[in-house]
Amino acid sequence: MNQRPGPMRQKDISSCAIVGVMSEAGRRFDGTAIMRAIAIMRDRSNGLGGGFAAYGIYPEHRDHYAFHIMCESIDAQRNAEQLVSRRCTVHHDEPIPIRQVEAFHTRPLLHRYFVSVTAEARERNYGLSDDDIIVRVVMDVNASVDGAFVFSSGRNMGVFKGVGYPEEIGEFFRLDEYEAYTWIAHGRFPTNTTGWWGGAHPFGLLDWAVVHNGEISSYGINRRYLANFGYHCTLQTDTEVITYLFDLLMRKHNLPLEVACMAMAPPFWSQIDRMPADRQRLARAVRSVYGGALLNGPFSVVVGRARGMIGFNDRIKLRPMVAARRDDVLYIASEEAAIREICPEPTELWHAEGGVPIVGELRDEPVAEVAG
Amino acid sequence: MKRIVIHEEFCIGCRLCEIHCLVQRSKSKKIIKAFRFEKDQIVPGVQVEQSGYVSFALQCRHCDEAPCIEACLSGAMYRDPETGAVLCDTDRCVGCWMCIMVCPVGAIQRGAEKRVASKCDLCMGEEVPACVANCPNEAIVFVDDNDDE
Amino acid sequence: MSQLRKWLVEPDFIVVRDPERCIQCQVCVRQCANDVHEYDSDEDVVLSDSSDCVGCHRCATLCPTNAVSIKRAELEFRPHGNWEAAVLRNLYRQAETGGVLLAGMGNDQPAPVYWDRLLLNASQVTNPSIDPLREPMELVTYLGRKPDMLEIEARGVSPRLTTTLAPQLELRVPVMFSAMSYGSISYHASIALARAAAAAGTFANSGEGGLHEGLREYGDHMIVQVASGRFGVDVDYLNVAAAVEIKIGQGAKPGIGGHLPGEKVDAGVSATRMIPEGTDALSPAPHHDIYSIEDLRQLVFAIKEATGYAKPVAVKIAAVHNISAIASGAVRAGADIVVIDGFRGGTGAAPMMIRNNVGLPIEFALAAVDSRLREEGIRNQASLVVAGGFRSSADVVKAIALGADAVYIATAALVAMGCHLCQKCYTGKCNWGIATQDPYLTKRLNPNIATRRLVNLLNAWAHEITEMMGGMGINAVESLRGNREHLRGVGLTDRELRILEIKAAGE
Repeated sequence: MNQRPGPMRQKDISSCAIVGVMSEAGRRFDGTAIMRAIAIMRDRSNGLGGGFAAYGIYPEHRDHYAFHIMCESIDAQRNAEQLVSRRCTVHHDEPIPIRQVEAFHTRPLLHRYFVSVTAEARERNYGLSDDDIIVRVVMDVNASVDGAFVFSSGRNMGVFKGVGYPEEIGEFFRLDEYEAYTWIAHGRFPTNTTGWWGGAHPFGLLDWAVVHNGEISSYGINRRYLANFGYHCTLQTDTEVITYLFDLLMRKHNLPLEVACMAMAPPFWSQIDRMPADRQRLARAVRSVYGGALLNGPFSVVVGRARGMIGFNDRIKLRPMVAARRDDVLYIASEEAAIREICPEPTELWHAEGGVPIVGELRDEPVAEVAG
Repeated sequence: MKRIVIHEEFCIGCRLCEIHCLVQRSKSKKIIKAFRFEKDQIVPGVQVEQSGYVSFALQCRHCDEAPCIEACLSGAMYRDPETGAVLCDTDRCVGCWMCIMVCPVGAIQRGAEKRVASKCDLCMGEEVPACVANCPNEAIVFVDDNDDE
Repeated sequence: MSQLRKWLVEPDFIVVRDPERCIQCQVCVRQCANDVHEYDSDEDVVLSDSSDCVGCHRCATLCPTNAVSIKRAELEFRPHGNWEAAVLRNLYRQAETGGVLLAGMGNDQPAPVYWDRLLLNASQVTNPSIDPLREPMELVTYLGRKPDMLEIEARGVSPRLTTTLAPQLELRVPVMFSAMSYGSISYHASIALARAAAAAGTFANSGEGGLHEGLREYGDHMIVQVASGRFGVDVDYLNVAAAVEIKIGQGAKPGIGGHLPGEKVDAGVSATRMIPEGTDALSPAPHHDIYSIEDLRQLVFAIKEATGYAKPVAVKIAAVHNISAIASGAVRAGADIVVIDGFRGGTGAAPMMIRNNVGLPIEFALAAVDSRLREEGIRNQASLVVAGGFRSSADVVKAIALGADAVYIATAALVAMGCHLCQKCYTGKCNWGIATQDPYLTKRLNPNIATRRLVNLLNAWAHEITEMMGGMGINAVESLRGNREHLRGVGLTDRELRILEIKAAGE
């Protein structure tokens, strides 16, 4: 596992394939379907990155934060554990189960911890929610522990990623053995080839997992805007910025999804001028206050969260995104072929509109039993 | 009819209008040649009137009811049906100077070479009269008096 | 009335007349306010005495045969690395007059222009550039105080905004006309700036000379200034405009007040400024009611009270050494907009020594203030507008990339109206009718033509900005603002790169 890039390295560019599959009824299913869907888009990747996020996979630890940590050495792992234990109780930990795959010659140590915030930590950080404290823990480990990286930190969900074709990564992490109601996947074609396992997508923080295709030309200012609110982008990837923006706008500022999307992919002023008065006021206020959150440049993004999945395109629709539904399942992908591979006859199929989110939402709490 | 309108508030008294009117009326139509060899034989159709910092270019107004046409003994003064301009047919003009005497704005001069009346002829149907084209401060403009100005 | 000749003072320029082309039309004689040209009727020739030539090019521009040219004076000094010709001339002048050397316009010394050391990005392959002729390109900018977040009521189907935003200025293009007082410039120039701002959907700053009656109809597009002299300031003045700017300092002369020589105070200026005709209008160096930062807060809120909190209040400061702290203080004092004026800023009159030696380049001031305000988490509380020698749309794009919300131009606007930067504004003999009140001369600036030229300038720059943005793959100016990733430095030291927080070309 190579070193992560330093701060002044050139920004990473995300050309790739993305897929998301979700059962809105909360039915859980294994990872074979999503692996097939991403594998069919093999030409969009170059084997230098692949990853998945799955929701609903740790029902027995559903209230604990599941940290997935990759470490270069056992020392780094110990240092990371020490830092985490300062503010969290580790209820259970184990190496992440893997299967030998020929393609992977080198790989980091992969371990998972089920943690919760200690009472002392809550007292010391009064005014901060558990989520806020966990974010701090994650940022601390990633910024200060050399050779350790927390790549997943949500509850009852996990990110699995590395350097390789996504289907190989899926095989490696034994994703056929997990059951989740939402799966998202990504295959990468990086042009800044660091070969660092942490650089693959999805990028995860708390329950957010983001896969992304495209390049954000507004990255420079999005990063500085987020710094105002305590989010420090260390990875030189657009995906990191998108994830933090969702966390900031939806979790911290409590903006409804529609308004958060309006901030990130706003309507044009010429469209705003034609809106009814109330909506115009809202749109103008959103654009003037959240200018730093505007994502410019082509992007196709699938965002996973506990309640569901969001598919989202830039406002002039420079990247592809196809969506489909059949029964209780919502599919979102870069290509129609990926959807048809696992759902040959969807009831409806459409192309996402620039700036308008495609939303998959759990109708009720996730169901515990395994689906057929 | 297209008319020349003057804006006295923008006239800077440079007299470039007089200079270019002279060139327009010259045979050579080239400024250096015209001034070197033809200057004394041409009377410009426009004169700049000046008092202190108030100045403006004065040409024939091509009046709708032109006293000069009324007063002309020989019928040399006539109105061009196409442009609406008041013109002098120098073959008919006998140099009686009645037109000079009746012109309410003093826009007519004696000719330099022959004994005929000399005045603005709107550059005889040129797209834009020379004074208008060369005024550096748009103090002389060419407008259609049908448009609201 | 003859004066003793100043023997040591030599002409700066030489008038060169081509006798083959001169037709003795005397346009140059009529147009020179410094009486350089004279017509000799006996010899039928135009003669030129170059001693009073200021190099304004009026004669050369209007000459119908292009017979006149202006060259730098030919008297050459022995070359000297320390005692350069310009330095010697200043000494001679001071020896003859005993006075403070005055200058007009901005610092003309060869300090580095850092805009020329910043280069822009373009998108290729990994990110498409956007075609400004076929895709929307958005330059709309809002200046004013913005909250950290918005309160939204998610009511049923459509969300509703419950936060009320502080008053904002809406700009169609992120370029405004900077402060030039009526008095330092002519009424025609002032009205042209106001009309052009209205036509282009931006704003013009009245400067510290008060607001002439004739400009009140453009109030919606005016920003009025409250400077240390408080010329023309009354409650109507404050309320007729779209915003009020407290001028603490200006880039051309940080630390001292405005100076309008008595020659330029005619009846109109006198009435607008509320001072007697012919008297020098000297603004004091500080505001005599602002001796500490809390005093500024008091004035900001006094103005907000007087205008019913309906208009943004801006604070204009010159770029000096601890500009970041001052700017931060201004924001916390309640300023909705902070204007920073760099050392290349222009003026109608300033002591040459102060104009050339005091103040900092706006590039560094802007980068430092933008970074500092972000560090303190208060960047959204005030918009940043920068001024001081912006020459082109590329400078504007680079300024926005460094962090500015908008750019003020003044010298560029005057040049668009005809100024040739002869730097003699303080004499009141501006041959182009811009920096004068002499009625012979002010006629030369036709406000219709001047307005047209200014609007042309803004339109041209707006198009160029969209071209550059499109090249970077950006279609909204919000994504350019503060996006230093799109800048690379050439010929900058490590330290300078660090202060600007940009990478070097190749990184």
